[in-house]
Amino acid sequence: MTSSATPLHYLPITEAAAALSAGRLTSAELTEAVIARAEAVEPRLRALLSADPASARAQARASDLRRASGQSLGPLDGIPIGLKDVIAVQDQPLTAGSRMLANFISPYDATVTRRLRASGAVLYGRHNCDEFAMGSSTENSAFHPTGNPWDLDRVPGGSSGGSAAALAAGEALATLGSDTGGSIRQPAALCGVVGLKPTYGTVSRYGLVAYASSLDQIGPFGRTVADVALVLQAIAGHDERDSTSLRAAPEDFGEAVTASPVPRRLGLPREYFGEGLDPEVAAAVEQAVAHYRGLGCEIREVSLPHTPYCLDAYYVLATAEASSNLSRYDGVRYGHRCAAPRDLQDLYCRSRAEGFGAEVKRRIILGTYVLSSGYYDAYYLRAQKVRTLVRRDFLRAFEEVDALLTPTSPIPAFRRGEKADPLAMYLCDIYTIGANLAGLPAMSVPCGFTRAGLPVGFQLIGKPLGESELLAIGHAYDRVHQWGRRSPNL
Amino acid sequence: MNQADLDLDALARLARLALTPEEKATFQRQIADLLRHIERLGEVDVTGVEPSAHAHPQHNVWQEDEPRPGLTPAEALRNAPVQRDQMIAVPKVVE
Amino acid sequence: MGASLAESLSPGPAVSSPAPQSPAYEAVIGLEVHVQIRTRSKIFTRVAAGYGHEPNTLTDPVVLALPGALPVMNRAALDAIIKAGLLLGCEIAPVCKWDRKNYFYPDSPKNYQISQYDAPVCRGGAVEIELPGPARNVMGEHKRIPLTRIHLEEDVGKLNHGAAESLVDYNRAGTPLMEIVSEPALHSGEEAYAYLTSLRATMIQGGISDCDMEKGQLRCDANISLRPAGSTTLGTKVELKNLNSISFVRDGIEHEIRRQRGILERGGRITQETRDYDGMTGTSQSLRSKEEAHDYRYFPDPDLMPVVIDEAWRERLRADCPELPFDRQRRFIAAYDLPYTQTSVLVWDRPLADYFEAAVRLGAAPQAAGNWIINDLQRELASAGSAPAECRVSPSHLVALLRLIESGVLLNAAAKEVFIEMFATGDSPEKIADRRGLRATPTDQGELEGWCRESIAGNPKAAAEFRSGKDGAINALKGPVMKAAKGKASPKAVDETLRRLLAGG
Repeated sequence: MTSSATPLHYLPITEAAAALSAGRLTSAELTEAVIARAEAVEPRLRALLSADPASARAQARASDLRRASGQSLGPLDGIPIGLKDVIAVQDQPLTAGSRMLANFISPYDATVTRRLRASGAVLYGRHNCDEFAMGSSTENSAFHPTGNPWDLDRVPGGSSGGSAAALAAGEALATLGSDTGGSIRQPAALCGVVGLKPTYGTVSRYGLVAYASSLDQIGPFGRTVADVALVLQAIAGHDERDSTSLRAAPEDFGEAVTASPVPRRLGLPREYFGEGLDPEVAAAVEQAVAHYRGLGCEIREVSLPHTPYCLDAYYVLATAEASSNLSRYDGVRYGHRCAAPRDLQDLYCRSRAEGFGAEVKRRIILGTYVLSSGYYDAYYLRAQKVRTLVRRDFLRAFEEVDALLTPTSPIPAFRRGEKADPLAMYLCDIYTIGANLAGLPAMSVPCGFTRAGLPVGFQLIGKPLGESELLAIGHAYDRVHQWGRRSPNL
Repeated sequence: MNQADLDLDALARLARLALTPEEKATFQRQIADLLRHIERLGEVDVTGVEPSAHAHPQHNVWQEDEPRPGLTPAEALRNAPVQRDQMIAVPKVVE
Repeated sequence: MGASLAESLSPGPAVSSPAPQSPAYEAVIGLEVHVQIRTRSKIFTRVAAGYGHEPNTLTDPVVLALPGALPVMNRAALDAIIKAGLLLGCEIAPVCKWDRKNYFYPDSPKNYQISQYDAPVCRGGAVEIELPGPARNVMGEHKRIPLTRIHLEEDVGKLNHGAAESLVDYNRAGTPLMEIVSEPALHSGEEAYAYLTSLRATMIQGGISDCDMEKGQLRCDANISLRPAGSTTLGTKVELKNLNSISFVRDGIEHEIRRQRGILERGGRITQETRDYDGMTGTSQSLRSKEEAHDYRYFPDPDLMPVVIDEAWRERLRADCPELPFDRQRRFIAAYDLPYTQTSVLVWDRPLADYFEAAVRLGAAPQAAGNWIINDLQRELASAGSAPAECRVSPSHLVALLRLIESGVLLNAAAKEVFIEMFATGDSPEKIADRRGLRATPTDQGELEGWCRESIAGNPKAAAEFRSGKDGAINALKGPVMKAAKGKASPKAVDETLRRLLAGG
């Protein structure tokens, strides 16, 4: 094993699991290393909103006992994994990065939480994010911003910025985020780790604080594609508590990654390489394309003609659904309640005004507008039709190619405060939104650094339920380059 | 986008948000900008196109009518800002 | 419960004084009826549904709309509404979907209600009603009140109002609820009363709901407008709420018709508003009008998938649909020649009517069986407080009892005694008659003939009438014989002996 030089908190899961199973490492040691690392970097990084070291230590001890009695639960048993603070863990805070839920304690576990527990993972850390997952920089957190581990003055991306930064900084061996318009893939690219948004319906949303129900999907961050496959294996699968959960045949994603690589046909959508793409990002992505070409892949240019409308359709659908999903935060049953309400309407209006930040209010207002009487057909219904066309574009492309390769983000990590205009921020997601609208699996894989030392990632978009193939294609690049295993100077 | 169309007061009332005058002014401008962008959707020919509520539609997803345990009242009211007699208290509702 | 239920459901004449109809105006009434579906668990989650529990004991993350909770349909609620639609002759949509109705209210945990906006499960259909007849034993006029639609939605929680605050209990939230909307095709409180009694019986007999209005399982709002007689346009409508019994619906509507007519006759205008009717005082008052028009921002609920209802599903439920009460009544009258009054008790109580039909299938004379069931069985069930299904008198025992009576083995008074014991013990009538020595002892034929001769001699007028062809006159001769026999003579033997003697001169 070459990882003797790698600090425990930077181990990929595959190597940590091998060491655990060989008896060279205990979960207690590994968990202790992660907790110590978090305590060391948190004052500067601020990726965590809360953490329960005592609970993590107890879970680690339980894992070690299981292993000692020959009852290991698999490759994740004893591995410290952190969660974006939009995923419910029983008896732990669940804030969604919002003042509205600053004091909320979840009385129940999300389905992914239950599945991670069942696979033996040590749950440690609840990660900062844009409020209610609305944003691309984690600056919309009501509590504090999070730094990018590669440059603390820059953002980690968002909305799952805390989860990407925490992983890149060694505060967990893998993390879970949620992705509605790119919220896993964009921070993965900006922090130099792998991030996967699965096919819509592959991972249960039960217990995920909803932003836009028809687009939200939970997915893993890992240092390598192989790690992402292991975490996906644990959390994917049908859940009777989520009506949108798919009944797909079970697959072995870990196995799929290591299956012998075969030459593939990869498509480069021309609409994803145009104006606004940073030249350094373009160059790094071109290197990745060259790698695949070198593997014998056929590279083809394809067209997704409705790409220019994705952002618009997304902001109609997402804000409309959000305006309704966030109605439940009213200061009645839980969450922030204003002081001394005059009457019920005052309680609603002030609790919500005080509990929500500007971006959330803006999206609620926009969503309320597009759903209001007389506008439904022009906005929501039309956006749903455009979604149909966007999906058709992708499916047509997949008749020619096995996957699409694009940049993940048009630019590398930007400075905090740099994008004050909402529209400028929204443009960060132009390459990621299409996969959400079409419900497709998509993954960001790190592919190098800019001259300033900022990570760059490329995106692979796969066929519906094509996670195995997507992971195999990603692994064909990642196993060679392993950019995600580089550690920031932090 | 017709600016007069965007009645921030009415929208804030519908959404139950007490906005400050500054917020209203800012949102008025920002949302008008966004709507100008969004209105490009009008350029797309959607004739004969079915709307997609979901990327992967399914149907008849249900559970059987067999009760499962829920939350205890203590768990249910754990996060309640104000409670009385095992119920959530709000200012008196006048119909 | 048999008797009281049947009575409360009977659409027979109701005692009330309908508002005197002014010839100048016609009332047009549409009803929106909410019926809670009787399921074990809630409509979008599997925590138990129920009534009368301690506050907030029937909740879970979905009911409370906790962050991250998601709805999943309860199949039984769909079964119930499809069945209701089949019973009422509705068109069942091949595809329906769920929509969110957005509005803020503390009894609605998500601040949107999951409902069906433009794709309800049922459209069309009708509720058959019977208006009071000219007398209690004469069938009244029947009408079919067309339905607009029936859709499924979730019930809200319950607000308890105190002096300064309202307290919310979410036990009821998420109970499956059907909204049954009639066309504006009713014209009086009496028709509304008949509509609700018929609809309620249909829901109860279909096993869809218990429809207990005191428990809020059936709730009714009425839209009422007046228009000049002969006009086809609708006048300004007033919505009447809080009509919490079927009688209050009738009375509230009549009150509102009088109120509107008073205004119109004075040359005034009706204000479109919602009014609250107080059944105890018989008065109504305007509810403070909402400060703004509602904009519910309906849109398809992205957390739920559409429902596809295919023929197999419909047919499975159709097979489970009982005969409607009015259809059964027509059949009882046609097939069994039952009097109207008997049928109008039987058909509104499905278990009782089922019991009746079981007895008839086993060979009971329909009218006799009907009499015993309506009088004796109902009385015993009521005093025992039990249901026909748990009754210890099996239909075959009732048939055996009727045979013993017919063959003269049991006289009427003895049969009544036997029946009470059958009800108490579940034993066969033969066994009880033997145990209690209640079989009629065969009377001496000579003695019987003697009494008969005395009766004929004492009533020459009746005897002459009978001989001249008036068959009923024989009854006047039977009384003295029965009296002389002190109840020991079988009516059959008395009848035969009298006829023989009268014929022989």
